[in-house]
Amino acid sequence: MAAVSMTVNGRSVTADIDPRTLLVQFLREDLRLTGTHVGCDTSQCGACVVHLDGKAVKACTILALQCEGAHVTTIEGLANGTELHPMQAAFREHHGLQCGFCTPGMIMTAVDLVNRKGSDVDEHTIRHELEGNLCRCTGYHNIVKAIAAGARAMAQAPLRQAAE
Amino acid sequence: MYAFAFHRPTSLRQAASLVGKLEDAKFIAGGHTLLPTMKQRLAGPANLIDLNAIPELAGIERSARAVTIGALTRHAEVAESKDVREAIPALAELAQMIGDPAVRHRGTLGGSVANNDPAADYPAACLGLAATIVTNKRKIAADDFFKGLFETALEEGEIVTRVSFPIPQRAGYMKFRNPASRYALVGVFVAKRAGEVRVAVTGAGANGVFRWKEAEERLKARFAAKSLVGLSHSPEGLNSDIHADAQYRAHLIGVMARRAVEAASNRE
Repeated sequence: MAAVSMTVNGRSVTADIDPRTLLVQFLREDLRLTGTHVGCDTSQCGACVVHLDGKAVKACTILALQCEGAHVTTIEGLANGTELHPMQAAFREHHGLQCGFCTPGMIMTAVDLVNRKGSDVDEHTIRHELEGNLCRCTGYHNIVKAIAAGARAMAQAPLRQAAE
Repeated sequence: MYAFAFHRPTSLRQAASLVGKLEDAKFIAGGHTLLPTMKQRLAGPANLIDLNAIPELAGIERSARAVTIGALTRHAEVAESKDVREAIPALAELAQMIGDPAVRHRGTLGGSVANNDPAADYPAACLGLAATIVTNKRKIAADDFFKGLFETALEEGEIVTRVSFPIPQRAGYMKFRNPASRYALVGVFVAKRAGEVRVAVTGAGANGVFRWKEAEERLKARFAAKSLVGLSHSPEGLNSDIHADAQYRAHLIGVMARRAVEAASNRE
């Protein structure tokens, strides 16, 4: 066993874990944050995407011990209390899911892409950036629509907060 | 995964001393090859030495003659680096073509080079640009570094610290992806340097990355895609598998080489 400490969704966590524990296992099984899914377990499908120090990564292909001292954000860390993150709200609004299994990874990837590419992303860029996220319900069309809308909403969100 | 002990040194010296002391130790950087291999129990090191907390391995430096990239630099950092984009745009484009955004946030230059996967992209850039691979012990020319499938000139416990890429006059990289895995079925890196042209091919060789000398000679006479018309690579010594046979790969080498030259020529 080995000790690990990191910050997950703003909360400091410390645990004694088997060195083999993947970040996604640590999140789901130790912290009970089951919003992050395990799809393929081979870094292809993107169901396990979380943000590690602000960047989208596949949590099935990182050891929890490699995240010592890091800041991790999962799908559970996006909403502000009961108010959905603009990207989450856009997925609901535009029906960007069918079964919902890929959705946490899709949303974490979408937020990361807006962080990197800005809120003005075009459809081509969005589709290209989703290369590492698979949806088996063939829901890409609405996912792309949702991300475009979520991206625009993310640009407006700070303004709305300022107005409140 | 088989059980292992985990170590996280914070300096190169510590890492080197750990690997000298520990039995059956392996380095891990981005881990995007090693961890899947360990999950499948194709690798089961007793000790894993994580290189991610070593600051000496980070950073990109640009001089008048070369761009030197730390081994722990992620593919996304290379793709987005202003220095790389200005000095060697083909290298930034190559980094941008690896995997997907999440993979590029994690995978490293040093890991790719040290692993020498026959379908990896960076070995083609190293060979094509006549890069120098710098380790904690010595400097190795790319021509002497890549030895075969997953084999390099690295000795036991030797750590790649950075790679120095001489700035070419022109360069281009094109790859034909396996539609499922997105790895290169064939990737060709072409670079025009003072006094020579280099053409490096990845994904195709049964022995890993290699230089296509006939194409180099033709392009040295005239650096244009037209110079390669009618020249085809022999299927001899190329990979044949369920994804593509040797003949198809041979054909793709010609096509990708011409496209890479076009990409290099069209650059302002």
